[in-house]
This record gives sequence, structure tokens and C-alpha cells, in this order.
Amino acid sequence: MAAPTTAPIDLSAAMVMAPTALADWLVIAPMGLMITLGAVLMMVRHKLHLHGWIAIPGLVALVILDGLLLWRVAVDGPFTMTAGRWLPPFGISFTADLLGALLAFTSGIVALAAGIYGLRDINATGRRYGFFPFLMLLMAGVTGAFLTGDIFNLYVWFEVLLISSFGLLILGSERQQVDGALKYAVLNLIGTTLFLIAVGYVYAIFGTLNMADIARKVPEQRDVAPLLTLSTLFILAFAMKAAAFPVNFWLPASYHTPRVVVSALFGGLLTKVGVYAMIRVMVMLFPLEREELSLLLAIAAALTMVLGALGALAQSDLRRMAGFAVIAGIGNVVAGVAIGGQTGISGAILYALHSIVAMTALYLLAGEAARIGGSWSLQTLGGLYRQAPGLAVSAFVIFFATAGLPPFSGLWPKIIILKAALDIGAWWLSAALLVSALILTLTLGRVFLLAFWRPQLASAVGEPVSPATWHRSGPLVGLVAVLVFFGMFPDLPVRLSQGAAATLLDPTAYIQSVFPTGGAE
Amino acid sequence: METLFSLLIGVFFASAVYLMLSKHTVRILLGIAILGNGVNLLLFTAGRLTREIPPIIPFDSDVLPSAAANPLPQALILTAIVISFSFFAFLLVLTYRGYQELGTDNTDEMRLAEPKDESLPPLGY
Repeated sequence: MAAPTTAPIDLSAAMVMAPTALADWLVIAPMGLMITLGAVLMMVRHKLHLHGWIAIPGLVALVILDGLLLWRVAVDGPFTMTAGRWLPPFGISFTADLLGALLAFTSGIVALAAGIYGLRDINATGRRYGFFPFLMLLMAGVTGAFLTGDIFNLYVWFEVLLISSFGLLILGSERQQVDGALKYAVLNLIGTTLFLIAVGYVYAIFGTLNMADIARKVPEQRDVAPLLTLSTLFILAFAMKAAAFPVNFWLPASYHTPRVVVSALFGGLLTKVGVYAMIRVMVMLFPLEREELSLLLAIAAALTMVLGALGALAQSDLRRMAGFAVIAGIGNVVAGVAIGGQTGISGAILYALHSIVAMTALYLLAGEAARIGGSWSLQTLGGLYRQAPGLAVSAFVIFFATAGLPPFSGLWPKIIILKAALDIGAWWLSAALLVSALILTLTLGRVFLLAFWRPQLASAVGEPVSPATWHRSGPLVGLVAVLVFFGMFPDLPVRLSQGAAATLLDPTAYIQSVFPTGGAE
Repeated sequence: METLFSLLIGVFFASAVYLMLSKHTVRILLGIAILGNGVNLLLFTAGRLTREIPPIIPFDSDVLPSAAANPLPQALILTAIVISFSFFAFLLVLTYRGYQELGTDNTDEMRLAEPKDESLPPLGY
């Protein structure tokens, strides 16, 4: 016991004394902006004409902030801001490293595209029910999850994005949506609760929730604490969020029910948050446990990608097909995590980035095809090649990118993961990757054949639809441009994801940014 | 005390899983509520269970008495209670809506979003 303190209290033992540098605020600025705009939009909920004018500039600002963040992290390495100026691990830290900043930036772009598409796709009722406020809060949750440095805080952001996703999912309250939302809500809530259980055990074992602090303390606890059990619990929780086999059945049950722009957002973002959390926890915090469980992960990954692709092959509804394509993509990412090492992890990160853009584009494409063709079903769609040649070009790019064919962005992460699998001699995993890509190629080729090349069915000729305004074509063209550009010039994203993987595999820089002076013990 | 609590938490988890395996949405909801409370108890136990030692630093010391309960898990529980309560409220409304709209509380019969006799895509061109 220390003697009673009579001298003036030395605050520097517990607090960061220097005022927070302006540039450090950047790490929480995206969430602050999104939550504020969400609240403002909620207040003007009934002034429908204002929504677009507030939301779209807000999303542009989000992309700019995320871009600045990414730039700073890429140049200077990870940086941290701690709430209330308490020294970590007592204050809640937000730490941006390359992985988080890359995913946040990509999500920002996708959210902007979806926001613009939503200007026309969401009717007045949908706006009154709060599409734009929910979109803002969803983005706050997604970005917060990517940038937080505290594992309980990660749980809180999961809940933020979950509750806004419920709101978006039942926008309009159609019978089908209620059915899908019920399954989505129950299974996701159970998944998040499993995550909370794991967080409780983390605190019981390590006495800290700060991820950098946990990373430091894992080696000393490895012999005494049941870390393998804990890691398995984390994997189950995050696999449920990421929709990996065998806990993926909520996704095809719900993702086709909301408005297509909501499906596009979900397909692009939500499963990737689960994947992100899995990478962060398993690669950075529990690397040896990940190696121990890598066979389990690899089997789950192989089954996820093959069954996802087979599921896509069996669907006639375009949106349900896209849902299974999302699952197949998750299989690829989990395969990268299972293989591990510099190559495997950087392949997984690159695939996650590609998948965010490609899946959103795939859903938006399905939405446009259905608007012009008048149906979601491959039974009745036809003649789109003649009616909308521009859409056919986008479809060509998006299908190639989704199936992982050159020269678009799906090729490179697949090659990297494939090479990593061959390097460790996992021939069955590489075979699963190739089979899954082949089945996806067949599926998407058939969509092109039936919906685009087949002449319009006589029974399906209806009212001519209005040509696409820029609100609809702009986002699609923008996302397609991203897919083409990063397929042609993969150098920058490959280098960034390699850097992100290196920071995860050797978290010294991450820990250094949270505890610059070694920190409080 | 901790042993007793871990047994209690085990009972909570077991009954929650049992209820969630049911086909009826109301039972699933009850299971989720019990699961949430089980997790709260788990967090509570993780922060040491002690009586009569308030987590207050005595006048002649700079640190807490070592046997005092850790206040942080209790803060975590508060957050978790608020979140699980609001989710439970939302799920209650959603299941009630589901019962009204779909006319059943049996999840096997909720096939509106995934119809049983869904047609295959065209098998020829």
C-alpha cells in the first residue's frame, strides 16, 4: 500500500498531457460526422426534399475523411487517439492501421454509390421510414468497427450497425421483408451475443480490452489460459457475422427481401465487417491459435466457396443468386485467413476490398436489370442487350470480376490466395478455389446468356421504361470503373494490402502507436 | 461463490440453447432473453464477486483494496443490458408483426422469402 498522497497529484501518470493533435482527430472524425448527420436527418425526417442535400455531401465528406486517413496511415504508419486523454489501456483507443483505413475508405466509396442510387430507388415512404438516417448510422457502425482499437468498443459498433441494418432491412414492411428480417435479426443477434461472451472471457483472462494491450499480453498467458477455446468462440461468432459455412443460412434467407440498394449495401459491407473482425482477432491477437485452427478454417472456407457457388447456380432470382455469390466470396477470404502468412493474409485483405466493390455493383446491376426487364427471374428476363447496351457492358465487367477472370479486379486476390494455398501444399483448397470460380463463371455466363442475349420473350414485352438517370447509372459506372482500374493497375492495392498484412503479422507498429512510451503496466 | 455462479450461468446457457432450438418464435425470443442475461451474469462473475468491500479507495491509500470487485465489468454489463434490452424490444415487435403478417409462429412454415416450390432457372437456351 502506498502512503497517502499529500503532494500535488501527478496527472501525467494517468493522462496524456499534451492536447490531442488536430490530425489525430481524423481517426474519429468519420464516426462523428456520420452520427451527427444521422441525428440531423432524423430531425428533418418529414422534409423529404432535404434528405439528399444533406446525405450526399455528407457521404462525399466521409470519403474525403477516409481518404485522408488512409493517406496518413500509408505514409506515417498506424496512429491512435484515446478518449478522455486517459492513458491507454484505461481510455478507449481508436487506432487506425492500414487494414482498417483501407476497408473504411472502400466502404465509404460504396456507401456514396449506394446513397446516390438510393435517391431514385427509395420512394417517399422509404425516406419517411428513414433510409438516409439509417444509412448514416450504418456507416458510423461500419467505420467505427474498422477503426476502433478496443475489443468491447468493437462489440458496440457491431450493435450500432446491426440495429441500423434492421431498420434498413424492413424499410417498407412488406410481408416478405418481415419474414427475412426475422431470421436475419435472430441469427445475427445470437452471433453478436457469442462475440460478447468471448469479450467477457478476454477481460477475465487478460484484464484489459485494448487490442494492442491484449496483443502484448497473449504470449505470457498462453500456457495458463484456455486461449484455444476462446479463439474457437471468436471464430464461431465472426463466421456467423461473415456468413461462412455452416452458419451462413441467414444470408440467403434475407438479403433478397429489401430494396435492392439496401441489399447492395449489405452484400458489400456487412459480411466484410465480420471478416475484418476475424482477421484482426485471429491474425493480430491470436496468431498461434490461428495456426492451430487453420485446418478447421480451411475446411469451412472450401465448403463455403463451393456451396456458395453451387447455391448461386441453382437460383433463378437475380438477387438470391447475388446473395450466394457473396457467400462464395467470403469462402475465398476465409481461405486466405486459414492459410496465413504474408501471402495468405494480404490475399484475404485484397479479396475483401475487391468483394466490397464487386458485390455492391452486382446487386445494383441486378436492380437495373430488373427495372428494365421488369422481373427478377431468369425465367422471364431477356433482351437486355438490345434494350440497354451500356448495362450489358457493366454486366460483362462485373461478372468477370466476380468470377475472378482477367482483366478485372477479381483476378489478383484469387491468384494470390491460390499461390499461397499451393505454396503450403494444400492442393484440395486450391482445387476448391478453382472449382468455385468455375461454377461462378458458369452461373454468371448463364445470366448473360439468358437475360442479355436471349431475345425478349413475347409475354414479357411491357411498358417501355424510362431511361436510367445519372442517379442510377452514375454509381454503377463509378463502381465498374473501380473494378476495371484496379484490374488493370493492381500495383497500388496489392502493395497496400501487403503493408496491411505486414502490420498485422508483426503488430509492433500498432502497439507502438497505442503505447508510445511503453505505456502503463 | 464464483463456482456457484458458473453453474448458474451454465444453467442459463443450457436453457437458452434449448429454447432457441424450438420452432416457435416466442420460445426463441425467450431463449434470446435468457442468453442475454446469462452473458450479463458471466461478465459480472468475471469481475470478482465480493460482498461488503466497496470499490472505493480508502483515505490512507492510493489504490483499491485488492479484494474489491472490479467496477469495469459492471460498466460493461450496463452497456450490454441497454443494448440487449433495446434489441429484445425490437425483436418482440418484429415477431408480433411476423405472426400478424405470416399467420404463423412456426419457423418451418415461414417460407415466404424462400418459397418451397421455387422454380429452377431455365435449363436450356
